[in-house]
Amino acid sequence: MGINDVILKTVAKAVVLIILTFGIYLFLSGHNSPGGGFVGGLVLASAFVLMFLSYDTETVKDAIPIDFKKLSAFGVLLAVLSGLGPLLFGQNFLEQSFDYFNLPIFGKTELATVLIFEAGIALTVVGVVVNIILSISEDE
Amino acid sequence: MQLLILSILLPFLAAALIPLIHRRIGNFNIGWLVLSIPVLLFGFFASQIPMVSSRETLLTSVEWIPSLGINFNAYLDGLSLIMALLITGVGSLVVLYSIYYLSPTDSFPHFYAYLLLFMGAMLGVVLSDNLMVLYVFWELTSISSFLLIAFWYHRKNSRYGAQKSLLITVFGGFAMFAGFLMLYAMTGTLSIRETAAAMGQLTEHALFYPAMFLILLGAFTKSAQFPFHIWLPDAMEAPTPVSAYLHSATMVKAGIYLVARFTPIFGGTSAWFWTITIVGLVTLFWGAFCAIRQTDLKALLAYSTISQLGLIMSLLGMGSAALHYGNTEAGALYGLAIFAALFHLVNHSTFKGALFMVVGIIDHQVGTRDIRRLGGLMALLPVTFTFAVIGSFSMAGLPLLNGFLSKEMFFTASLNAASMPGLFSTSWGWLIPVIAWLASVLTFIYAMIIVFRTFLGNRDSKAVEKRPVEPPIGMLISPAILSILIVGLFFAPNLLGDHLLKPALEQLLPGISGASPDSIYAWHGVNTELLMTIGIVLIGSVLFITFDRWKVIFKIQPAGWTFNALYNYALTSSENAASFVTRSYMTGRLHQYFFYILLFFVVSTGGTLLLSDALSISFVQDAPISIYELMLVIVMIITAISILFTRSRLSAILMNGVLGYSISIFFVLFRAPDLALTQLVIETVTTALFLLCFNYLPEWKREPLPKRKKARNAGLAIAGGLVITLTGLSVNSADLFETISGYFQNSYELAGGQNIVNSILGDFRALDTMLEGLVLFIAGIGVYTLIRLKLKKEAGADGD
Repeated sequence: MGINDVILKTVAKAVVLIILTFGIYLFLSGHNSPGGGFVGGLVLASAFVLMFLSYDTETVKDAIPIDFKKLSAFGVLLAVLSGLGPLLFGQNFLEQSFDYFNLPIFGKTELATVLIFEAGIALTVVGVVVNIILSISEDE
Repeated sequence: MQLLILSILLPFLAAALIPLIHRRIGNFNIGWLVLSIPVLLFGFFASQIPMVSSRETLLTSVEWIPSLGINFNAYLDGLSLIMALLITGVGSLVVLYSIYYLSPTDSFPHFYAYLLLFMGAMLGVVLSDNLMVLYVFWELTSISSFLLIAFWYHRKNSRYGAQKSLLITVFGGFAMFAGFLMLYAMTGTLSIRETAAAMGQLTEHALFYPAMFLILLGAFTKSAQFPFHIWLPDAMEAPTPVSAYLHSATMVKAGIYLVARFTPIFGGTSAWFWTITIVGLVTLFWGAFCAIRQTDLKALLAYSTISQLGLIMSLLGMGSAALHYGNTEAGALYGLAIFAALFHLVNHSTFKGALFMVVGIIDHQVGTRDIRRLGGLMALLPVTFTFAVIGSFSMAGLPLLNGFLSKEMFFTASLNAASMPGLFSTSWGWLIPVIAWLASVLTFIYAMIIVFRTFLGNRDSKAVEKRPVEPPIGMLISPAILSILIVGLFFAPNLLGDHLLKPALEQLLPGISGASPDSIYAWHGVNTELLMTIGIVLIGSVLFITFDRWKVIFKIQPAGWTFNALYNYALTSSENAASFVTRSYMTGRLHQYFFYILLFFVVSTGGTLLLSDALSISFVQDAPISIYELMLVIVMIITAISILFTRSRLSAILMNGVLGYSISIFFVLFRAPDLALTQLVIETVTTALFLLCFNYLPEWKREPLPKRKKARNAGLAIAGGLVITLTGLSVNSADLFETISGYFQNSYELAGGQNIVNSILGDFRALDTMLEGLVLFIAGIGVYTLIRLKLKKEAGADGD
């Protein structure tokens, strides 16, 4: 292991955490300020890519036992199913609803169904990007 | 009442559940669970018989695509109830039979999922009142039939048969679809009932005959009518329960159903009458003629099915004349043919279903279905023999069995049709009963072949090693029920006639009273029909005994002059033509592909821009250009040009990155933080991807192209850039439409979000986003498969 690897790995440990936090922040803040499912998913994916680049694939796979193919499929399914939900309430496919609730700690909070949809998009993006990069890097 | 629509959807739902539950139930055979569905549905449809026999109908409607007039209208009348009872009734028997027929190595979940898929689709076909919905279910039956024929997909013949059936029936389906659209253009409605009501005045319409023939094409391909019958014998590669169910009792009757359903719409015209009658009679004769020379029992049954379908088809043709004569004595006289068609439709399902199951038992217990190797099975399989006799003799039209009744009616109808007054009179009319009689003689012969060649004579113990025994009792129940029905329908035909056939007939021949007989009699006294039957038995027996002496006539038809050869020739030549065209432009050279893509873009977009006179450039409304923007533009231009002249790939990648980041700075300048953020992250991920791919890319070298080609490429590239620039400028300069951005400004009130961009993405235009996610997913799977496939190939190559 070269000295560069040590630096990279140490930095990655800290940076990955920051990137992940930033990704989740972007995902949640998308409703009212810049961010959203797509870019949040991309940032999360880049954190995973950094992990895979700085450590070897096996180590990361042991630590995070996620099948990214299934993750992307799950994401697409979630996005589609979230669209079917409104049909049960007599609304159109993919029609989003929102309302304001008084929650104990957060106070007046807006809850929107678009969050489920965006979560689906974010998971799709994470799954697809990591899956593509993993397949290419394993092609040896 | 939504039960009707639920009954269509239930099999689909069950098919979707099968993969989920089959692992959880262990060794328990999933067929028993599946069996509950057709039984339940059969019970439901049977409970509707009193309603239908009191001349009521059931209509339920759910809006599907209301903007296009496509509603999920389920409509239950006499005709659809007959079909629905056949689908669920024979379906139950076939599922029960298949539990014992399939071997433990077969994939049960696949089999039953496909079978249920078919059942739902077929119910959808016969219960839909909307043409578009009917078409969707129609194609679904073709697809599920394809899957079932190819169930043993490791066999080459199975795949060939599946492809053939799909190509032919889907070809007909497309034609039918075009016919439906023409109907819609004529009447402005997609509902079959409303079309029938509006059709009376439209016989003069220019689209009337094209629509008729296109719809008939769909019906003829599906019901294996001459010359499209060639797919049915190849479909016999399917497991026998499937052949019994799809390819004799239900799916091939979809064409019959369609013709019957459209009789009130097109019936009464001479084109409809002659087309269906002639095609039906030719199919009847040709199918019976080909059946005799088959040595495979299943192939024999396939041709016999073709022949019988032709019989029913020709009856529908003859009966359609009634609509021309209207509510007169002649109308009632010729309307009997349709009654006979419906009656024979039911009878054929009973005796052909039983016969297929018998052949399945023989194949299962003896190990072959080749007539030349079979014989003397009567003593070994007495129960199966009984069913075979009942089924075959009914098919031959012998008394004490239901086939006799409908066969007599068929003769009556053909004698009536021989001498029609007015529109349908012709000097060739006498040919109709003659062909009907000749075909029936042939039918008698092959029915005898099934019984005598298989069960009598000497057993060739050398050809068949194991000593056959009767199958498990479960395999005998289904043919037993069908055999009881065959006999029962002879003694109590009016039970069926009064409750189902008459209501259906009244729907098909609106306004004609007295078309159906008061009751069905077996004994009419000594008349022409009875003499015809006696003649069939006498001459048929003689011909059967002397079969070996005259079978040389089958050699008259020269080899290679068959419709099968034509089909194969068309298939291979279209494949060759397609691969020739593909090879001519798929050269494997990336720069050529780019050339095609850019050329297409420049010609189509640039051409449209010029031809529609849309080119307009004005800078009046534009904001002044700031110094930052100017600097960025200069940086981007310099970078873009230097990529062209760079000598290493790494610097090209880096400069590409400079371009990407510059664009994101542009987004910042234009106050689009969302886009800037996304562009930044995308740039980062792309660069990582590039670095990963770096190792695998071939050496960076310049392609030695001649000067002329270089100039051509450069010209095209410049043209491409120019078209994009001009389009952008034109779009910005012209205000052709009212801007819609005002609507999105209300995102906080409408979508509860202050971020307009995300409100558009996640709410206003969520469908676009969802589909983009889907595209991304498919692309990801594509990359994964391509790389995996390559890895596998390499691993395989190493192993060899």
